[in-house]
Amino acid sequence: MSNVLSLTTFLPILGVLLLLFIPKDSKGVLRNVTLAVTIVTFLVSLTILTGFQTNADFQFTENVPWIAAGPFVMRYNIGIDGISLWLVILTTFIMPIAVLSTFTAVEVKVKEYMICLLLLETGMLGAFISLDLFLFYIFWEVMLIPMYFMIGIWGGKNKIYAAVKFFIYTMVGSLLMLVALIFLYFKGMEAGITDFGLLNFFSLKLDMATQIWLFLAFAFAFAIKVPMFPLHTWLPDAHTEAPTAGSVILAAVLLKMGTYGYVRFAIPLFPEAAHKFAPVIATLAVIGIIYAALVAMVQEDVKKLVAYSSVAHLGFVMLGVFAFNVEGISGGMLQMINHGISTGALFLIVGFIYERRHTRLITDFGGLSKQMPIFATVFMIVTFSSVGLPGTNGFVGEFLILLGAFESQLRWWTIVATSGVILSAVYMLWVFQRVMFGELDNPKNQKLADLNAREIAIMVPLLVMIFFMGLYPKPFIDKMDPAIKKLVAQVRVASVEAKAIPGAEAVQLPAGHPPIDQSQMQMPLPAGHPDIKMASPEQGTPAVNQHDAK
Amino acid sequence: MDMLSIPVVNMTPILPEIFLSVLAMALLLINVFAPSGGQKSYLAYISFIGIVATAVLVGSGWGNHIESFNGSVVLDNFATFFKITFLVAAGLTVLISDKYMEREGCNHGELYPLILFAVVGMMLMASGTDLMTIFLGLEVMSITLYVLAGFNRANKKSNEAGLKYFLLGAFSTGFMLYGMALIYGATGTTRLYKIAEIVGQMTQPSSNVLLLAGMLLTMTGFAFKIAAAPFHMWTPDVYEGAPTPMTAFMSAGPKAAGFAALLRIFLVALPTMQVEWSQVLWVMAVLTMTVGNITALRQDNIKRVLAYSSIAHAGYALVGFAAGNGTGIAGILFYMLSYAFMNIGAFAIIILVAKKGESNGNVMDFAGLASKRPILAVVMTIFLFSLAGMPPTAGFIGKFYLFSGAVQQGYIWLAVIGVLNSAASVYYYLRIMVYMYMKEPTEEFEWVQVTAPVALALVISVAGSLIPGIVPSVILEYAQMAIKLL
Repeated sequence: MSNVLSLTTFLPILGVLLLLFIPKDSKGVLRNVTLAVTIVTFLVSLTILTGFQTNADFQFTENVPWIAAGPFVMRYNIGIDGISLWLVILTTFIMPIAVLSTFTAVEVKVKEYMICLLLLETGMLGAFISLDLFLFYIFWEVMLIPMYFMIGIWGGKNKIYAAVKFFIYTMVGSLLMLVALIFLYFKGMEAGITDFGLLNFFSLKLDMATQIWLFLAFAFAFAIKVPMFPLHTWLPDAHTEAPTAGSVILAAVLLKMGTYGYVRFAIPLFPEAAHKFAPVIATLAVIGIIYAALVAMVQEDVKKLVAYSSVAHLGFVMLGVFAFNVEGISGGMLQMINHGISTGALFLIVGFIYERRHTRLITDFGGLSKQMPIFATVFMIVTFSSVGLPGTNGFVGEFLILLGAFESQLRWWTIVATSGVILSAVYMLWVFQRVMFGELDNPKNQKLADLNAREIAIMVPLLVMIFFMGLYPKPFIDKMDPAIKKLVAQVRVASVEAKAIPGAEAVQLPAGHPPIDQSQMQMPLPAGHPDIKMASPEQGTPAVNQHDAK
Repeated sequence: MDMLSIPVVNMTPILPEIFLSVLAMALLLINVFAPSGGQKSYLAYISFIGIVATAVLVGSGWGNHIESFNGSVVLDNFATFFKITFLVAAGLTVLISDKYMEREGCNHGELYPLILFAVVGMMLMASGTDLMTIFLGLEVMSITLYVLAGFNRANKKSNEAGLKYFLLGAFSTGFMLYGMALIYGATGTTRLYKIAEIVGQMTQPSSNVLLLAGMLLTMTGFAFKIAAAPFHMWTPDVYEGAPTPMTAFMSAGPKAAGFAALLRIFLVALPTMQVEWSQVLWVMAVLTMTVGNITALRQDNIKRVLAYSSIAHAGYALVGFAAGNGTGIAGILFYMLSYAFMNIGAFAIIILVAKKGESNGNVMDFAGLASKRPILAVVMTIFLFSLAGMPPTAGFIGKFYLFSGAVQQGYIWLAVIGVLNSAASVYYYLRIMVYMYMKEPTEEFEWVQVTAPVALALVISVAGSLIPGIVPSVILEYAQMAIKLL
């Protein structure tokens, strides 16, 4: 089927139409139908996975006219490559789990909740598959609405504050990106580009000053979503207040929008500016890693702790992505999926004990492993995955990121960031110890039931993925590899060409700014590193031509 | 004795105006001779059918270009587009008025003829190509609106609204007329095309003090009508005091009419002075957006929230106007039409939720609406998201084109200020949603009765807020055709 991508994306909307006809009091039917819809969506998305050819092209593409009015031409232009493939699969994989987790957690307004979940799924999938900048923006914004309602209606005590903060933070960033997007379109129009298609703009040559402004606008929007220090403050609030399924989706998929935005849009569209700002972004990423780890350590609320650990993990992803080499970006991409699985699992675990005890304070627990052995095992595996123990998925991603970043210009950043790995082990193991070990002295904890069949069913797929990706990551990396190599070549060529073009570096410096020393802009290569001559224009240009020819 | 020679005129361009005027007068007569008291719904139905018929009549003139009355009135796509906008606003208003007027005890039959007369005035503003015609249209519109604002005679606030609107309106009209007189003084004509010709021949029109002052004063007068800062002071009080359906009407119709006339004057008569007027509009746009949004943040009365938000929306439209290019101007046309849908729709919900004497008109009174009346809450949510400019609604596409116009013209900062304003505005729209969805209901909302006309109005408004957001071409193409021959 040629339009399987559209089918996957809009199946949840069909599910919404179905739900509208189900009376709101038959909660069981509502839940099961939603679950069925998400499972069918997942199964359909598997045909994408099996039909995906391992190469750098965009596949399953659909490109039909949508809006053509005035200076603008927007097309329904979708497709996936190795980079978006796994994020699409991750989304469809997480959704049934998230739905299943709500079966007992949500009792009020079940119908509305399920509709929100399905709308959210369409929004997320749409954003991952869009190859038209305008279309991407639409999906990117549409996602906000169901998430806002999920936090605001079914959230905890401070839900309204958290929901509004989430909405407005994201909105400010994305609206500035919108202006940049419009500006980019007009720049493209001058160069003969006729629609909003993303691929058109890759070959667009922009001068450095323009690139910097546009990059900053895009980077700001994505940095809020990631979230990067110091724009992360909405995340702990949103996570803490959101219902379990909301937290799971927020962590597993929504945050990936930000990092995906860098990989798909901000970096390849403005490669020279991305290079220029790599040290700044890496610095923020590293600060995020350390800071979030330290803050996580002193949290009393387990959910808040997991939320901060998200900030730290996403810091690693950013570090890997901005290494601009295959290892770093592969590691970053892999870590996005890992984080989706392990942090999603952590939020589910927090949800399990919250449903039982209606508290998330660490001090309320202790010695649970005696009472809930299955739970303890599951929690332990997920903890190991989260801290990146070898054999689990977390290890592969983090290792590749650190390897890639160490070999890039970000060597010193990497050294600092590595301490974050240790810190994450500290806070994760410590919270595990405080919750699971020790005396089972709280009488309320002594009657806790272990995981039931449904909860085990939720966790099993995640545990399988943790080990599968940890022990045999090859299929994942193989599928994304060509796309990442292409991206790396694209970015390198552009950055080298920029240095070759006279005047391309002629940035308008503010008055009084000391002149920029060109020699400092070169990447310091680690000792013994093979010279990156492969990035010279002679060898690099064919790669670009190849891409253009497609 | 010489016969007074009457020039042969082509009546086609003002056929809709004639039709509506006759209908309005007929309604007045019907109202007099019909048994007094009791139901007035039939007047609303007749008006609505008449409005639909007029819309068909107007629509059939699409694509024509007929000048008449010696070049003082024109039938062109620009006028047609705006006439449809006014008719949409009037039609929706008529649908939501009946129940409200009955509830508030001011169900006087004159309401509907007055609305129709106001539309006639707006239509003349949109099709006038002579400063005098435009002014006459404006006066017809304004005088009926003064009455409509104070229509609820027994209500103090409504009286205040009417009087305030009248006093300030008359004052601003003075400015406008003075400005027009100065333009006449500088050029010797009131015909827009002639003015353009004469100004075009001037070597340096911007150093012609008479013309410049005329332009600025005319702009001041219109800025009052479209509620642009710093001439917006009347808006919140008038909008709050006026009967809610009239507030809805005033926020959509006259604003569009003001833009229609201002666009026509500036783009047809004074295109050579674009540098000058777009600078002024730049500043005015920033002021209007910012004042409207910042003040709206602190309002509790929902009519005031929407009043200030309507100021902000005039500001967004001014962004497109300041840009002055095809993208921005087409954006204004698109936005005015979709704004009529979403704003009147939102007011329709406010009417439903309010109780007699408008006692239930605070944002807090919407608490728990989603639990008790979920469909109404969803409908209101669509309007609010459209007002906030979220995709996939018409409000988003409208803002997209307005801000794109600014970016295309190089006014990046104007667009940035615009989107930041837009982000700020999200807060007060979200606040209404917070009460609807996230607070416990304090009321049962048992008095909320959706009658058939109101339901029809809501369906039309929802369609008008959503469909152009998903397939914008349905309106945008016409908007772009409309500005082509300007």
